[in-house]
Amino acid sequence: MSSATTVLRNQGIRQASLPVWAPAATTVGAVLVTLLLFATTGFQGDADFLVVAVVISVLAVSGLSWVVEGRRRAIDRIATNLALVCLMLTLIPLGFVVGYVIKRGHTAFGWSFLTHDLSTTGPLQAGGGVGHAILGTLEQVLIASIFSVPIGIMVAIYITEYGGRRLTTAVRFLVDVMTGIPSIVAGLFVLSFWIFVLHQGFSGFAGALALAIIELPIIVRTSEEMIKLVPASLREASYALGIPKWRTTLRVVLPTASTGITTGVMLAIARVIGETAPVLLVVGSSNYFHNNPFQGSQASIGAYIFQNATSPSNFSVQRAWAAALTLILIVLVLYVAARLLTRRNNLARR
Amino acid sequence: MAKRIETIGLSCFYGNTKAVDDVSLVIEPKSVTAFIGPSGCGKSTFLRSLNRMHEVIPNASIQGKVLLDDEDIYGPGIDAAAVRRTIGMVFQKPNPFPTMSIFDNVAAGLKLNGVRKKSELDDAVERSLRGANLWEEVKDRLGKSGSGLSGGQQQRLCIARAIAVEPQVLLMDEPCSALDPISTLAIEDLIAQLKDRFTIVIVTHNMQQAARVSDVTAFFTLQGPGQPGHLVEVDATQKIFTNPTQKRTEDYITGRFG
Amino acid sequence: MAIIASTPDSASLRTTRSGGRGDAVFRGLAVSAGLLVFVLLGAIAVFLVVKAIPSLHHDKTSFWTTKTWAPNAGSETFGIAALLFGTVLTAAVAMAMAVPVGIGVAIYITQYAPRRLATFLGYVTDLLAAVPSVVYGLWGLYFLLPHLIGVQLFLSKYFGWIPLFANPNNQASIFSKSIFGAALVLAIMVLPIVAAVSREVLRQVDPAQKEAALALGATRWEMIRTSVLPPSRAGIVSAAMLGLGRALGETIAVALVIGVSFKISPHILVPGGNTIAANIANSFGDADSLGRSALIASGLVLFVVTLAVNLVARYVILRSGTEERSAL
Repeated sequence: MSSATTVLRNQGIRQASLPVWAPAATTVGAVLVTLLLFATTGFQGDADFLVVAVVISVLAVSGLSWVVEGRRRAIDRIATNLALVCLMLTLIPLGFVVGYVIKRGHTAFGWSFLTHDLSTTGPLQAGGGVGHAILGTLEQVLIASIFSVPIGIMVAIYITEYGGRRLTTAVRFLVDVMTGIPSIVAGLFVLSFWIFVLHQGFSGFAGALALAIIELPIIVRTSEEMIKLVPASLREASYALGIPKWRTTLRVVLPTASTGITTGVMLAIARVIGETAPVLLVVGSSNYFHNNPFQGSQASIGAYIFQNATSPSNFSVQRAWAAALTLILIVLVLYVAARLLTRRNNLARR
Repeated sequence: MAKRIETIGLSCFYGNTKAVDDVSLVIEPKSVTAFIGPSGCGKSTFLRSLNRMHEVIPNASIQGKVLLDDEDIYGPGIDAAAVRRTIGMVFQKPNPFPTMSIFDNVAAGLKLNGVRKKSELDDAVERSLRGANLWEEVKDRLGKSGSGLSGGQQQRLCIARAIAVEPQVLLMDEPCSALDPISTLAIEDLIAQLKDRFTIVIVTHNMQQAARVSDVTAFFTLQGPGQPGHLVEVDATQKIFTNPTQKRTEDYITGRFG
Repeated sequence: MAIIASTPDSASLRTTRSGGRGDAVFRGLAVSAGLLVFVLLGAIAVFLVVKAIPSLHHDKTSFWTTKTWAPNAGSETFGIAALLFGTVLTAAVAMAMAVPVGIGVAIYITQYAPRRLATFLGYVTDLLAAVPSVVYGLWGLYFLLPHLIGVQLFLSKYFGWIPLFANPNNQASIFSKSIFGAALVLAIMVLPIVAAVSREVLRQVDPAQKEAALALGATRWEMIRTSVLPPSRAGIVSAAMLGLGRALGETIAVALVIGVSFKISPHILVPGGNTIAANIANSFGDADSLGRSALIASGLVLFVVTLAVNLVARYVILRSGTEERSAL
């Protein structure tokens, strides 16, 4: 028997370990050391302090653990700490983004902001609003959804209920391809086709077309997933009652999957509401409430933010921030509603 | 150098629900002890608390003591990972690591525990595979994946993997219930050989298997509907199956329930 | 004598079972929906190619090698070299930051966090994905860039010997838009995608494998290293590639944050840099017909690149046999 395995055989189960209070104490120590460091050398800045303190703290606990507990447990501690660091690195930017948007957006935000447009407010004046952009975006997204939701669900039904094997794979592949189209390319397509070849000019409808191209594959994928979750036994029970396939799909399968499909639609809408690139290309922009999406340039939230953000006027920039706050709120509401809906979805519970 | 396990008043909990109530028994070194009883009476839960696998489940806990040769494995200063190495486990469904070769599967535990030299690993892997009666069948394909083996071979691979880290005790949770009768026989023969080196505890649904394989048998059952499981009787296997003391034991053995 | 009971006419049987006309109509609708996808994608491809051809004809080989972008009448020189380089470099730097952190978060949520916290954290990281790109661009421009100057100076001072961080002509000291800033914003946008897909992949690991590792006396990290990560390798790679696809195609956030310049330089800390997508957004307003055609040509190149990346990702998932779920 080799030496290594003999050692293993005789190894006991006792293990020296750091006392429970050790990591906390070491962290405190690390903070003190960092304070000292910052007081005596040229380092400064809150963020720097935090980073240095965290690094020293992690290194100290790991070192201590290595000495007291041994290599394996020290590495385990390091891994846990690194995972936590990654978590912080994810949460902190989110906090900064949302926090900063609120900070800079809340002054111009308000009911009047949401209901007015820029028809009477010049770029160098305060006031004005984003109402026309909200209206424009809502109209564009609505039209886009009128196209993409029924067609998307239909494609999902085709893939799951009707496809012959080859055609289904081809369609799924193409839907995959569509999910990968960068939004600007969708905008370029509508630009070349609708506006240049068909000479239709900028309009909210053109934007809706581009948004529909982006929205369609998302709806197809999520609907397909939800329809697939409907148990086969449900369909079979329906067929056994003599109900034809089309009725089964409409009356049994779709209603069962409806919560999931609705969630998918809400998430898709949340995604396209913020899409700026294609809209910039084909919708133009406007400072007025413009109700007709089929003719003439229209405002949209994304374009509004983009144009006002780069303006030299402070008032415009403030309006951009308030619009960003508005957009985040809308997306947040949709997202939370979708999550709540998922909770009530029996199919999605795994 | 196999060790002795003694539990003193061991109860097992999932959250606030007690699953096993106040079990005190002794498992002698180099013997095979079988836990029998109807489904759901807590045999597996009790088994898993013997090597601190029970606490891996969130909110699971125990009360009482488990002594490994006089050392309480739940005491302060005891490393749970070291306990699990010393008290090994083989599971109901064979679970070799799918991305590793046969050799790497058996060597996995050794590498984790710091055995690095190739010559030592080669030796240990061969010894373990021989110990599991699998060497002749796989010696020419140690580099291939473990998933290509049959169910019975995979289970023996898992046994080889478990004994490679030189445990003192081997716990087996219904090791044959997913296997065909021929493989089951092979595993039972293996157990008879392994008991010279290890203390073995086996949970089984199959009373005949318990009778064939074990020296001591412990009978568990529920105290009542909705109640935790408990130990009814533990004695030499011969006695349990021919002349049990408790009526409930006799009812179970003769098939009047369960 | 009808010993043999008369079987219903097979046609009428089929009719009763299959609902006759209703089924035929519905089936027709479903098939046309499927075909519509073909038609749509075909139309997109055809039109883009048709519109791109004038510019490609104009400048056949130098399209790939020219760095400047001035396609309008007057100079008519344009090429995708700097843009493609900028696109790839920005995406690469972004991925270098986002992928490790994304995997780390996924590991934390699936292996370390208690169940309820894990669900909550999942929602929160998905929220990062919900923030629209224009908001990220705005935030990047006004919040991140000013705060980055210190980091840029630090990196160029102490790590300037690495060409990536070099700072010739001491340019990094001016408030500037650089590839580094754009890459950082991109990284934050791509992070939740990598994290969400990795989470799904890690969740599907067989718990029996984890038990097997623990039963050998592994610590938690050793268990993750032995039984969770190896079978998840393919899924994580595809998560990274999906994130890469997003990074390559992102337009608005980059357009707001990147300095516009057309040169090929590996120094990410100095001002300048440009990507294909950002260039389209910034240039199309002033573009004449040739200019538009050139932009469309560059868009096509971008589309093909992102398509290739996404296909590789889907293929890798397919090969590994992991179930794929969209982030619902």
